[in-house]
Amino acid sequence: MSQALLQVDGVSKRFGGFTALDGVSVDIRPGERFGLIGPNGSGKTTLINCISGVLSSDLGAIRFDGQDITRLPAYKRTRRGIARSFQVPRPFRSMTVLENLLVAIDFAVIGHGLSTRQADAEVYAILDKIGLADKAHVSSSQLSQVELRKMELARAMAARPKLLISDEAMAGLAGAEVDEVLDVLLKLNAEGITVIMIEHIMQAVMRFSERVMCLDAGRVICEGTPQQVMADKRVQEAYLGT
Amino acid sequence: MFSWELLGDAIVLGVLVGCFYAAVSIGLSISFGLLDVPNVAHPALLVLASYGAWLLGDFDIDPIVAGLLLMPPFFVLGVVLYRTYHETFEKRGSDAGVRGLAFFFGIAFIIEVGIIMAFGVDQRTVQAIYIGKSVEVLDIRIPMRMVVAFAMALLLTLALTLYLSRTFLGRAIRAVAQDEAALRLMGADPIAIKQWAFGIATAVVALAGALLIIVQPVEPTLDRAYIGRTFCVVVMAGLGSMSGTLLAGIILGVAETIVLTLFGASWAPAISFTLLLIVLGVRPQGLFGR
Amino acid sequence: MGGVGRHLGFWIGAAAFVALAFAMALTVRNEYAFFAGFVVLQFIVLATAWNILGGYAGYVNFGTSAFFGIGVYTAVFLLKAVAAPLWIQIGVAALVGAALGLGVGLLTLRLRGIFFSIATVAITIIAETLITNWKFVGGATGVQLLRPPVTEPFDSYIKMLFVIAAVMVVIAVALARYVQNSGLGRGLRAIRDDEIAAECSGVPTLNLKLVACALSGALMCAAGAPSAMYLQFADPVSAFNLNYSVSALAMSLIGGTSHWIGPVLGAILLATTQQLLTVTISSEVNVLVLGVMLVLFVVAAPEGIIGLARRLWRWARRRTS
Repeated sequence: MSQALLQVDGVSKRFGGFTALDGVSVDIRPGERFGLIGPNGSGKTTLINCISGVLSSDLGAIRFDGQDITRLPAYKRTRRGIARSFQVPRPFRSMTVLENLLVAIDFAVIGHGLSTRQADAEVYAILDKIGLADKAHVSSSQLSQVELRKMELARAMAARPKLLISDEAMAGLAGAEVDEVLDVLLKLNAEGITVIMIEHIMQAVMRFSERVMCLDAGRVICEGTPQQVMADKRVQEAYLGT
Repeated sequence: MFSWELLGDAIVLGVLVGCFYAAVSIGLSISFGLLDVPNVAHPALLVLASYGAWLLGDFDIDPIVAGLLLMPPFFVLGVVLYRTYHETFEKRGSDAGVRGLAFFFGIAFIIEVGIIMAFGVDQRTVQAIYIGKSVEVLDIRIPMRMVVAFAMALLLTLALTLYLSRTFLGRAIRAVAQDEAALRLMGADPIAIKQWAFGIATAVVALAGALLIIVQPVEPTLDRAYIGRTFCVVVMAGLGSMSGTLLAGIILGVAETIVLTLFGASWAPAISFTLLLIVLGVRPQGLFGR
Repeated sequence: MGGVGRHLGFWIGAAAFVALAFAMALTVRNEYAFFAGFVVLQFIVLATAWNILGGYAGYVNFGTSAFFGIGVYTAVFLLKAVAAPLWIQIGVAALVGAALGLGVGLLTLRLRGIFFSIATVAITIIAETLITNWKFVGGATGVQLLRPPVTEPFDSYIKMLFVIAAVMVVIAVALARYVQNSGLGRGLRAIRDDEIAAECSGVPTLNLKLVACALSGALMCAAGAPSAMYLQFADPVSAFNLNYSVSALAMSLIGGTSHWIGPVLGAILLATTQQLLTVTISSEVNVLVLGVMLVLFVVAAPEGIIGLARRLWRWARRRTS
């Protein structure tokens, strides 16, 4: 039963002369809450770009749900169940919150033959869960920072993911707002969705994650429980040193 | 008729023309390559500068001197253009792509029609002591005007390369292309730097426009041919690479003169565009890019 | 929300429009009205076609004239080679346009938008150069064309072309309307707003862009085809005239790109003004007006006439309530 949902195997990515990822391997189990940390420029975002298909990796393989997805375009990965949010929110600005989610339902949830009414109902259910129901008909260009973050998570949810990758969904939020987003992620995980969380706010990662991995300069330097990772010398050096 | 001798001539001339192409493209290499502004009005500004040099020629001003004189007003024009672009499109963020492009396209169109209305569609040329003469190098007759353009082009490229790598502002311009946010954290104002850089890029176009009218007669719609040439050079070079610009210019120049000698002038307009399409299809990051 | 009613309304309107054009062709004597009317209708097709890719998906096509010119020369070629009838010319032109759109799209739609734009300029110049060097279709000097006898019930060829153009307007607008209201339209809008987010929401961005590019190209080429018979002459410089590119783009942006009615309004407004200006003042002034209007609108009225109308509507409602 311990077969991994996501297997990253020796993934490398170079930008010109700069090595952003250098042979990163990690297995993520179904239903896990996984934290990804590391200093700025350590390759966290590059790694999830490779996982979600925004970038294609130069070397290595990525398997999801037992199938090789290394060369699949991003939209096919989303359809197989990998959804994500973005570090800098990327709403569809000309659309309302409702329409933003409908894009994901229209295109990611295929083969289910949802009627317009079913799709709408599903969107409202997600918005309810995330606490944005009253904003359904507001243009996404008029949302506050925390609402944008929530909408990104909601849009990712509309794609009915098995794996949700949250890329610094709490960056720039105030204390109470961090808790709000954290609660949302915990609620989603309780429903069986595997979550990878990338975060700078150490407290949040540690509270949320069952397992944490730390990247530095494109390599995995440490992996384990939050306590183990926090106690690790190399992690402390990576954050404090140089 | 094919002959090795003709081919040799074509290559020598091609290198000269190529350096000239680099000079007319280098402004775009800054504005589009480094600053990421969709400046499709660049070739129109180039032709506008040529007409400026032509007008100043009436006062017996040498075209190169005219080009230098035109640099300050073109600098101001560039600043105004960028400011407008930034305030109306870049700052608003969404949809900047479409309307920003349309904006510069419209500007190019207005310049073109404006020139037609003011000066008609006739070809214009300038007078200077080095125009009409030629020199012989290695048994090849080379028009003096090409030599002047070649020398000026090399000087311009060298000066800009030094400016961007050795001066504080030059480095700031390169930094703004790399990471705007980081620059803001360092307390610099990226918008002011971009505005300055766009001004420089446009000022360089003034001098390049003077070279253009030295090299060939200009007409109002000449900018269309130069859309292909300048964008071909800048894309082939790899966006924002100055030394790449020179090499890419030479590749285009040699390709053009060879096709010209082998197939005739009616094929000339398509060469730069074909080369551009090939580069876009095969290696969009450019030959010398990252 | 009265979806069926709106569909019905649209098709009744479309049928009424074609019927009116037909009735005019049978009753109105003055040929000049049809000469001018044909051009206006042609621009509605071009602007509508441009908007499918440029407006909905946000990929700016500077090469309307390439597609248009290739449409013209597809017709010329078919006429000279096999004396094909007009409807075959138009049909084949549409196919050629779709194939060309697909080709250009495959080459550049993976890249950022501006590369697509520049590539479309490239296609224009390359196509023009090829035609200029192709003796069979007249080369640089162009080619005279003889109109075949006009089909019943029309009494002049121009009137027939006018009615054909009216039918093409209906086809183009219906297609644009369908795209806008379908899932395809929502996908294209997502692409325009944020391509990476769209891809990560499951939108097959490249495929959708290619479909839009092929549809748009097919309509543009089809619009060019009857032009050969309209002028009874074709030459590369006028067939690939950059004015078509600027006009299609300007009409869409000035009308408003978010709704199919935008390009229609923009085309009617600008093409009519153009006809008047060209006759009364000069064609240069007309082109200048076009350029200035384009720049003014993109700077000051980003949503075009549609946006202005919406604002006016809201303002009026606030006044009355």
